[in-house]
Amino acid sequence: MISEIADYFSRHGKDYLALLGGHIGISFISVAIAMAVAVPIGIAVYRSKIGSTIAERSFGVLRIVPSLAVLIILIPIMGTGVLPSVTALTILAIPPILINTVQAFQTLPKAMLEAADGMGMSTAQKFFKVKLPLAFPLMFAGIRTAVIEVIASATLASYIGAGGLGDLIFTGLSLLRYSLLIIGGGSVAILSLLTGFVLDSIYKQITKYQRT
Amino acid sequence: MIAVELKNVNKQFKGQTTPALDNVSVQIEEGEFVTVLGSSGCGKTTLIKMLNRLYEADSGEIFLFGKNIKEQNPVELRRKIGYVIQQIGLFPHMTVKANIATIPKILKWDKKRIDKETDRMLRLVQLEPDEFRDRYPAQLSGGQQQRIGLARALICDPRIMLLDEPFGAIDAINREILQNELKAIHQKSGRTYLFVTHDIREALKLGTKVIIMNEGKILQYDTPENIINNPANEFVENLIRTAELKGGA
Ligand SMILES: Nc1ncnc2c1ncn2[C@@H]1O[C@H](COP(=O)(O)OP(=O)(O)O)[C@@H](O)[C@H]1O
Ligand SMILES: [Mg+2]
Repeated sequence: MISEIADYFSRHGKDYLALLGGHIGISFISVAIAMAVAVPIGIAVYRSKIGSTIAERSFGVLRIVPSLAVLIILIPIMGTGVLPSVTALTILAIPPILINTVQAFQTLPKAMLEAADGMGMSTAQKFFKVKLPLAFPLMFAGIRTAVIEVIASATLASYIGAGGLGDLIFTGLSLLRYSLLIIGGGSVAILSLLTGFVLDSIYKQITKYQRT
Repeated sequence: MIAVELKNVNKQFKGQTTPALDNVSVQIEEGEFVTVLGSSGCGKTTLIKMLNRLYEADSGEIFLFGKNIKEQNPVELRRKIGYVIQQIGLFPHMTVKANIATIPKILKWDKKRIDKETDRMLRLVQLEPDEFRDRYPAQLSGGQQQRIGLARALICDPRIMLLDEPFGAIDAINREILQNELKAIHQKSGRTYLFVTHDIREALKLGTKVIIMNEGKILQYDTPENIINNPANEFVENLIRTAELKGGA
């Protein structure tokens, strides 16, 4: 088995890097689009009734919709390929980012907002100097959740033609080559862990000020 | 010059059955250190927040240095008023220096001036600049945080300072020290201070004049001596008596 794995890397090293790059790329794009959608929406609605609903429950349902279901539902609508995959992954990434953005802005400490108003900050100054930086750690936590979810789900997206490390797994399954399964599955696991570790380090860095 | 003038100001919050401010009128001379005394919920904070338009009056008029505050842009108005809120409200993601320099930065003071003034403010509130400048609020004691809140409000040398129970969360010893510091700062500056407290001894000790409030009304506005010697009514008289029972003002 180990020789098979070594053999794969020696002969298909370039292909492997392409799949890995594709996996990271498609995950990155999906999360980036999800952020571009969810953050402005979250900021726009957090004060409204929709905002409270999002924060409290209804989107919790979306959070637990299985990724495979989203992928399969999209096939008849969008066919297969990169576009429906990115769409599906984006849909999966939006809820955690949206929910955390809404909650982050809803739970901003009143005293700090009042201090900002009281000292004469304009609305924009208050937003960029106080609200956004104070909301950021919680938003970042939502982004982290989304990233990890998307990296895992991108594996399934290979099934509808997204490429990425899932290709190895699906190929391994159809050819009954366990070495491919191990390489694919292992790579996704390691990528997940590594990304989680990096994001956690960044989180620690940005919340340094909270420590006494 | 009259620094602060309220004319028949009323304020009632939604859902409340009694007004938070009930037909309040008062004139405060420039340079006074006015303490606002009253029990919790009597409208002290509401009165203070009226002056920098964090709350708007239902009716009545408010003038600062002869100008109706309704005719001034709230943001511009607030930059000319120092405000220390009851809950301190330091920005946790900013260093001590950045907190104190918030408004100077917005006003685009040059860097040298900001460095110099933040250090001067830190010394003014008896904190060693080299030691405290780069700390975050989480790394400060409650008393140190309140000093920074004070420094932040003082840095632009506002003509009016509003202080809402600024020493509320401090132990007796540090409170005494801060009271004396603040009194000295006021005397040097000649600015007008409004200082909210529910501690009668603090009010009588610090105030050149004292406003006594109850249920949204100003019961008496006078010097500490006159309040002790000629209480305006039974409520004030009782208040003085309870303070004296505890060991005199
Ligand atoms: N933002 C608000 N919304 C509703 N009611 C308020 C608000 N602020 C104060 N009040 C009410 O107005 C009254 C006076 O409050 P406040 O001025 O904060 O009193 P104090 O500062 O003297 O303790 C209280 O009954 C309080 O419940
Ligand atoms: Mg109060």
